Amino acid sequence: MPENLTSSIGPEQQFKNYLDEGKFMIQRSKSLKKFFFHPRVAFPGTGERDLEWVEVSGNGVVYSTTCNRRLPEKGGDFNLSLITLDEGPKIMSRVEGIDPDKVEIGQKVKARISSLNGEPAVIFDVL
Amino acid sequence: MIKNDINKLRGKTAVVGLAESGCGIAEGWSAMEIMANSVHDALDDAGIKLSEVDGVFAATAFHSMAAMSLSEYLGIKPKFADGSQIGGSSFLSHILTAAMALDAGLINVAVIAYGSNQKSIGGFKTISEAMPYEAQYEPRMPVTAYALAAKRYMYEFGATREDLANIAVSARDWALLNPRAYTHNDGPLTVNDVLSARPIVDPLGKLDCCLVTDGGAAIVMTRSDRAKDTKNTPIFMLGAAMEHHHRMVSEMPDLVRTSAIDSGKRAFEMSGYLPNDMDTIQLYDAFTINTLLFLEDLGFCKKGEARDLVNNNNIGPSGNLKVNTNGGGLSCVHPGMYGLFVTLEALRQLRNSSGDNVGARSDGGWIEKAKLSVAHGNGGVLSSQVTNIWGTAETI
Repeated sequence: MPENLTSSIGPEQQFKNYLDEGKFMIQRSKSLKKFFFHPRVAFPGTGERDLEWVEVSGNGVVYSTTCNRRLPEKGGDFNLSLITLDEGPKIMSRVEGIDPDKVEIGQKVKARISSLNGEPAVIFDVL
Repeated sequence: MIKNDINKLRGKTAVVGLAESGCGIAEGWSAMEIMANSVHDALDDAGIKLSEVDGVFAATAFHSMAAMSLSEYLGIKPKFADGSQIGGSSFLSHILTAAMALDAGLINVAVIAYGSNQKSIGGFKTISEAMPYEAQYEPRMPVTAYALAAKRYMYEFGATREDLANIAVSARDWALLNPRAYTHNDGPLTVNDVLSARPIVDPLGKLDCCLVTDGGAAIVMTRSDRAKDTKNTPIFMLGAAMEHHHRMVSEMPDLVRTSAIDSGKRAFEMSGYLPNDMDTIQLYDAFTINTLLFLEDLGFCKKGEARDLVNNNNIGPSGNLKVNTNGGGLSCVHPGMYGLFVTLEALRQLRNSSGDNVGARSDGGWIEKAKLSVAHGNGGVLSSQVTNIWGTAETI
């Protein structure tokens, strides 16, 4: 293990490795019993380092949503949303399986692990 | 006016020179050349020699060490420099740092500068790194972030695209009075023009988004005692405060409440004045939603009520609130980082009312008897918020 680091890889790489394994994992402080995202070396704002990785339910609600206009030859319009996970934290993602301009704030969504540009990515579908 | 003896920076420093150059299209000019040209013009405006400058503050989207590159280009050796880069609001934070360094006696003359030739070389320029956990989804930054805020705002408060369009219409009306504005000769906008413009990232269309221009600007600051000997009317810094809580929009705690709530509160407290005391209100309007959010967060109305404040052209030349009187980033100028232009307009309005010749405007373009201006800067994706309060000598 690298000197003065708490694990062999950092939390960003760990998050990606979990996605590679098909798991959507986020961190939680054991003492606070609170989740946070994005992955960090300590709890944001208060600095607790008693962190553990937990697989999330994948359930969430659309907090805000946009339709990004793009020329058809460049891939066409696509959705980009912020999702509030049932565990609390927010995450940027896309809602798919519905027209990109038909996603609505407050809709319940469910995560799946897909891929974007060859990298594993958390994507949401409307429930 | 509220009595306030707490903050020692209030009224201790002043801007004594200002300039802009290369605004619009400056083909054949580099960002550094435009920035340095602005510095020399601002020093001429102040009647201060380059050799007296011992504090240099700069940020651009072209230079990783802008204050150092600018000092080298100018051929000076500053005793203090700050190239803090917090996006478009950087310059309003440089003003706070410069005031501290001047007041502490570390320096005597500060220049704060910016330059960009983004339009001439192909469009919006940024040196922002890709955001982890966001870049993969290919948001079109920064507009996607502002569209997310606009969408949420509309959802929470029942605002409409028409409410946002009103802001672009008023900004254009101001630009029509300002010969320096990029859209000065483009004619007025209607709400329908804004609604029917090409969609970029819903709910924002092309006319909800700022211009993309070239341009540079600079101001010269000194201590208030020295300011009394300069060529033109000094404008005094009465209050300044900053705050930020996120870099990525996905980390913004609440998309409809910005750190301007806190920066504004502290800046107004330092100044001893209230929002309604301001004769001119200059807000960083990179997108129409900004104006709504900042009018609320700076305390001009309650949260969710700015849509009522901006209708009937109430923030246009004929309205009660003198907002973005140069035409704003929407209709005057936006070289990528707009903060110093917010500041320039706040200062120019006060100098004009003090009798200085700071350029021609059509009737109504200059605010008569203006004594107090708020300049509010925004950076990143509704991230860094910096508020400055400026006043004429009698407001100290």
